Amino acid sequence: MRAFDYARPGAVDAAIATHAKADSAYLAGGTTLLDLTKIDIMQPEQVVDINGLGLDRIERLEDGRVRVGALVTNTALARHELIETHYPVLSQALLSGASTQLRNKATTGGNVMQRVRCPYFRDGASPCNKREPGSGCSAIGGVNRETFAVLGTSEQCIAAHPSDMCVAMAAIGATVSVHGPKGTREIDFGAFHLLPGSTPEREHALEPDELITHVTLNAPERDARSGYLKLRDRASYQFALASCAAHLTLKGGVIRSPRIALGGVATKPWRALEAERILEGKTPSKALFEQAAKAAFKTATAYEHNAFKIPLGQHAIIAELGELTGLATTQEAS
Amino acid sequence: MTEYFDPKTQGGATSKSRRNFLKTVGASGVAAASTPLWAQTTQARAAETPEGDPVKASAPAPGMSRIQLNVNGVERTVDVAPQMVLLDVLRNELGLTGTKKGCDQGQCGACTVLVNGQAINSCLSLAISHQSDEITTIEGLERDGELHPVQQAFWEHDAFQCGYCTSGQIMSAVAVLNDDRIGQSDAAVREAMSGNICRCGAYKNILAAVQDARKTMKGGV
Repeated sequence: MRAFDYARPGAVDAAIATHAKADSAYLAGGTTLLDLTKIDIMQPEQVVDINGLGLDRIERLEDGRVRVGALVTNTALARHELIETHYPVLSQALLSGASTQLRNKATTGGNVMQRVRCPYFRDGASPCNKREPGSGCSAIGGVNRETFAVLGTSEQCIAAHPSDMCVAMAAIGATVSVHGPKGTREIDFGAFHLLPGSTPEREHALEPDELITHVTLNAPERDARSGYLKLRDRASYQFALASCAAHLTLKGGVIRSPRIALGGVATKPWRALEAERILEGKTPSKALFEQAAKAAFKTATAYEHNAFKIPLGQHAIIAELGELTGLATTQEAS
Repeated sequence: MTEYFDPKTQGGATSKSRRNFLKTVGASGVAAASTPLWAQTTQARAAETPEGDPVKASAPAPGMSRIQLNVNGVERTVDVAPQMVLLDVLRNELGLTGTKKGCDQGQCGACTVLVNGQAINSCLSLAISHQSDEITTIEGLERDGELHPVQQAFWEHDAFQCGYCTSGQIMSAVAVLNDDRIGQSDAAVREAMSGNICRCGAYKNILAAVQDARKTMKGGV
């Protein structure tokens, strides 16, 4: 691994000031940063270790929201009583991601900042607009199966966002708290990750030197039910081909406040807003779920090797909604 | 004219079978005369500890930091560059070569060690950031010359072929068996240990060993 300077500040302001002094990267769990530095995709001159900032707590705020420190590990978050009780979708999503060892190191803030798993991005040699703007996208005419999107793609980039955790957070609803040289601000979770468009090198809403300090989850809703379904090439330790996080309540036999998010199929954690509109106020039925699933992929673009993700993603929605509402949905969807 | 090597007629070390060669290396502590040079170096380094760590009395070289690491209950002093990962420091600086380098990218689990009781990939963690942690490697499991129950179970169940992933598998298994949040079913163990890849495919015996060790440990070691 290339050499870099190392600093471990004891306060957030000091971390930001130190970060601003050089071409820097914040080090949380390191499972993305050190991996990508080893293969020379990231080349920080300085690594600012933020493990000494005390950002490793989970707390319930007075308004009922749950504030998660950026340094809370994926394991600690998944196993926390508040999360297991009120946000099973988040616990399930976290535990379906990566391996035990990686979850023990990977953090909440780091997972939000996770980079894509496109092999052309990672190989350091192929044309890639994300790695080297303007060089072209090798995936569009290349092998574009497992880690590639059908939603939110552009002619510049089709890499899927790899996170499971973020899909659950998109379904729950959250805000990202950020500290920077100009002070603090809150970013709506849905606005944090950017679509590739014509600037795939811009992946998120952070300004230079800004640091994620917390992710705050929307207050749990009474009687809400939620769950995460992940479909992949092998049963464990694999990125999603398609996944569905669903969050809803059933009142008087009808669906209220449905929130559906998709993973593995989109260039960012993807809210299926059209599907949510179809489900709102309706009685659960297989036909309804099929209609919602179809709407969720209305704008999808299939590429040579990943067209199967459209029906697979639809099945994920139908199956998860069936699970949450108690409807059997084992029959083939049309 | 081509010369063929016939192990039956050649004398010396080259006539040793692979099995005997490995046995000799494994028993290098009592057979130093026949130990290859690289193993002697490792052995010498290991013998320096804990009394003498591989740092000089003078200040660390430019760009290096002198740090303390608590490894297997012993405070070790070592000079590291910031980018040195825990795996490389354990193996190359502290002579603890039981922890293996497989993929070096957090994908295979061969480098698994325990940090404060939790299994992590030591290839994806900077040594310099572990100064207040308790690190346990495969070398730290035995007690008074007795194998840890998980080591014993791996031995008894033949839970390996080539053995390269074994120390990582054992460290993960120890963490799994000490974590009451992880279920006890075969499926739960498989899931919890999916970050340890065995390319020989010894999974069946590994699982049997872990479940057998669970009975021996009876609630934690």
